[in-house]
Amino acid sequence: MTDLLRVESLAKRFGGIVATDDLNFRIPEGELHAVIGPNGAGKTTLIAQLSGQLRPDSGRIYFAGDDITAIPMHARSTLGLARSFQITSLFLDLSVLDNVALAVQARAGHSFHFWRNARREPELRDPARAALARVGLKERADLPASALSHGEHRQLELAMALASKPRMLLLDEPMAGLGPEESARMVATLRELKKELTILLVEHDMEAVFALADRITVLVYGRMIASGRPEDIRSNAQVRDAYLGEQEAVHG
Amino acid sequence: MTWTLNLRAVVVILLLLALVLLPVYVELTGSRFLLTLFTRIVILALAAVSLNLILGYGGMMSFGHAAYLGIGGYSVGILAFEGVTSGFVQWPVALLVSALFALVIGALSLRTRGVYFIMITLAFAQMAYYIVAGLARYGGDDGLTIEKRSQFFPPLNLSNKMQFYYLCLALLFASIYLVWRIVNSRFGLAVQGARSNDTRMRAIGFPTYRYKLTCFVIAGTLCGLSGTLLANHTDFVSPAMMYWTRSGDLIIMVVLGGMGSTFGPLFGAVALLVLEEVLSGITEYWQIILGPLLLLVVLFARGGIDGLLGKVRQKVHHD
Amino acid sequence: MTLFIEQCLNGLQFGLLLFLLAAGLTLVFGIMDLVNLAHGSLYMLGAYFAATFAAWTGSFVLGAVLALAATLLVGMAVEVIAMRRLYGRDHLDHVLATFGLILFFDELVRLIWGAGGMSLPLPSWLNTSVRILPGVDYSAYKLSIIVVSLAVAAFLYVLVMRTRLGMLIRAGASNREMIGALGVNIKLLFTLVFGLGAALAGLAGLMQAPILTVQIGMGENILILAFVITVIGGIGSIRGAFVAAILVGFIDTLGRAYFTDLLRLAFTKETAATAAPALSSMLIYLLMAIVLVIRPEGLFPASSK
Repeated sequence: MTDLLRVESLAKRFGGIVATDDLNFRIPEGELHAVIGPNGAGKTTLIAQLSGQLRPDSGRIYFAGDDITAIPMHARSTLGLARSFQITSLFLDLSVLDNVALAVQARAGHSFHFWRNARREPELRDPARAALARVGLKERADLPASALSHGEHRQLELAMALASKPRMLLLDEPMAGLGPEESARMVATLRELKKELTILLVEHDMEAVFALADRITVLVYGRMIASGRPEDIRSNAQVRDAYLGEQEAVHG
Repeated sequence: MTWTLNLRAVVVILLLLALVLLPVYVELTGSRFLLTLFTRIVILALAAVSLNLILGYGGMMSFGHAAYLGIGGYSVGILAFEGVTSGFVQWPVALLVSALFALVIGALSLRTRGVYFIMITLAFAQMAYYIVAGLARYGGDDGLTIEKRSQFFPPLNLSNKMQFYYLCLALLFASIYLVWRIVNSRFGLAVQGARSNDTRMRAIGFPTYRYKLTCFVIAGTLCGLSGTLLANHTDFVSPAMMYWTRSGDLIIMVVLGGMGSTFGPLFGAVALLVLEEVLSGITEYWQIILGPLLLLVVLFARGGIDGLLGKVRQKVHHD
Repeated sequence: MTLFIEQCLNGLQFGLLLFLLAAGLTLVFGIMDLVNLAHGSLYMLGAYFAATFAAWTGSFVLGAVLALAATLLVGMAVEVIAMRRLYGRDHLDHVLATFGLILFFDELVRLIWGAGGMSLPLPSWLNTSVRILPGVDYSAYKLSIIVVSLAVAAFLYVLVMRTRLGMLIRAGASNREMIGALGVNIKLLFTLVFGLGAALAGLAGLMQAPILTVQIGMGENILILAFVITVIGGIGSIRGAFVAAILVGFIDTLGRAYFTDLLRLAFTKETAATAAPALSSMLIYLLMAIVLVIRPEGLFPASSK
């Protein structure tokens, strides 16, 4: 299997804080790769660098073999790398369908069309509805995004990431703030998506991680301390001490 | 049988009718003053429509929009002064210069956000103001009189007040329609998305800068058109047209009327200027009411007049 | 040469005046994240109060002190009545609401004092010249403006760097949420900071009154300069405001003084006379535009976020 994503010697500091510390890893196509670690481990910073929101201080990022380190955020999406946000970042004053349709529009060439009513264009609206259906939000399509519950916002996030027909998804804590029912639904959705996409999943919810991940990387203070199959990670003593131990204490 | 009475739609229809029939009323009553007032209202409504495009839909708060009134106006004024009175030359020049100016200002300003954007647009507008005030040949601070209005082919005669009014009204209606089409197009949705959440737009693949810049240029050009009309209306241009507080007036119109709505700018222009006329008849200190009114609108009625009208939907039972 | 020294002192004096105005603005912006367009109105009120109180009491100094107190009170009243509701809102809301306040104050002043403007004559003991260097006489009053402004700047420095209040101010400027978490009475702090800003604006207004103007709209004209200085210096940074204000003061004054001569080398006398003030005014905006493009957070950014 070829590597869809490859990260080499990635490093990023904020003043005195090392957010990413000489990171190296690869994700083959079709894999669901989870990144876990305690708070402050640099997981969101990693996603920000992979998606282009932040420029790394050093190191390289390769997507489908091409060096994308210098490519701006909006261009990476065009290449097939899409991300969802940890803190809900939607178009709250637009409708749910508008939100997803915009994600479709982004991949539909340029937007220098000034006349035709975009809300009546099937090329934009139909794929949007399809994405909403996949995450279970079909009935809520015409509501303003602000009217949705937190759990539904996470689903909408996912729908938007899907609408751009990505090859790879960067998911930043999609389960954040979800109750047990909503979490189960999200896990089921992700399991379906796994079949057609490569996914990098940053998550705290260990149940979900072990249910979905093909491989897991553990980050502590921006540095990878372990990487491998779920069984290996679970039994890794270092990881236990650093992270899983405290997690189990929290979750009981 | 029940219909839903939509107050906003009713008000819009009545207002449009009133505007179209105004000259008839003026002919009958001889109230020339009303025609002058409403010509001014229509012209400034056009400017407000252009500002609404970037402010209401695009979320770009430009405190320098009045600069385009000046640029459009001075294009006409300067050309007229130099002997070029043909509207076919003056107006395209005005639009072109406005567009270029908007392109340069926008290109630099849109690299900033929030209050920095406000300040830098303000700064550029002030620069324009000072440049124009420094043009001794064209009157400097005192302004420039326009001896002859823009000339087109007869029977179109801009000095005929009624004809001029209808020309302005037609251009206003055309602009409202144009802006309406633009904001609902792919381009318009991209701009609205950028207003709603610029980072997200870029994350999903929109190079938002170019769309915002294009929007900025369109708005500036449209306002330049308003400037040419204003110059013809007052037969005079002065740097005061471009002073930053005039930009504030335009912003008030847009906010009062309802930002990001189709007819908001028209409501705002009518409301502000009629209020000005009526209140200044009662007391010369009417602005003392306007100030707090604006504050109240910002605090409690963010949707402006359009928002308030939209809240009123009565189910009417009819047997 | 003496003219040059005089112009430099003028530049310094103008710069210091601008600093007083900008300091209040940048404080309020930095700590409460409030864009206050009506800051110029407080400047105007300072001047009007001073003119009125000086006329009533017959004493320039007493009038100035009373004016300062009055402006402070008005500032705090405005904060409690109007500004409080604006915290946390969009900057657009701030701009609109405070623009409304400008309209209100302009009309209020017109209502109370009339449209004609006022004058504030200098007492004889200030209306003289002082020999500061051999052959160089400078206005005593302008000199006292420099002295007072520097004293206030020093006071602000001590306040911000050495007192508990100052510590809260600095903390608030770089991280607003934190000071709330520290259990500080935020409401009181904000009212005090706003009041301080108002007093500074009022001081600037009353000090320039005898030499420049006391009229409606004076606030708007100088407000932009204050904002420009705030942006160039870095929002929330008093040190930045100081440096930027002196810079702007010099550029503006020297520009006005020498631009005419410069232009006259290339253009006619008439063109130079009209264009010079215009172009020298432009210089400041050009400077701001350059700073915004190259270093948008300002020369001395206070915020660490």
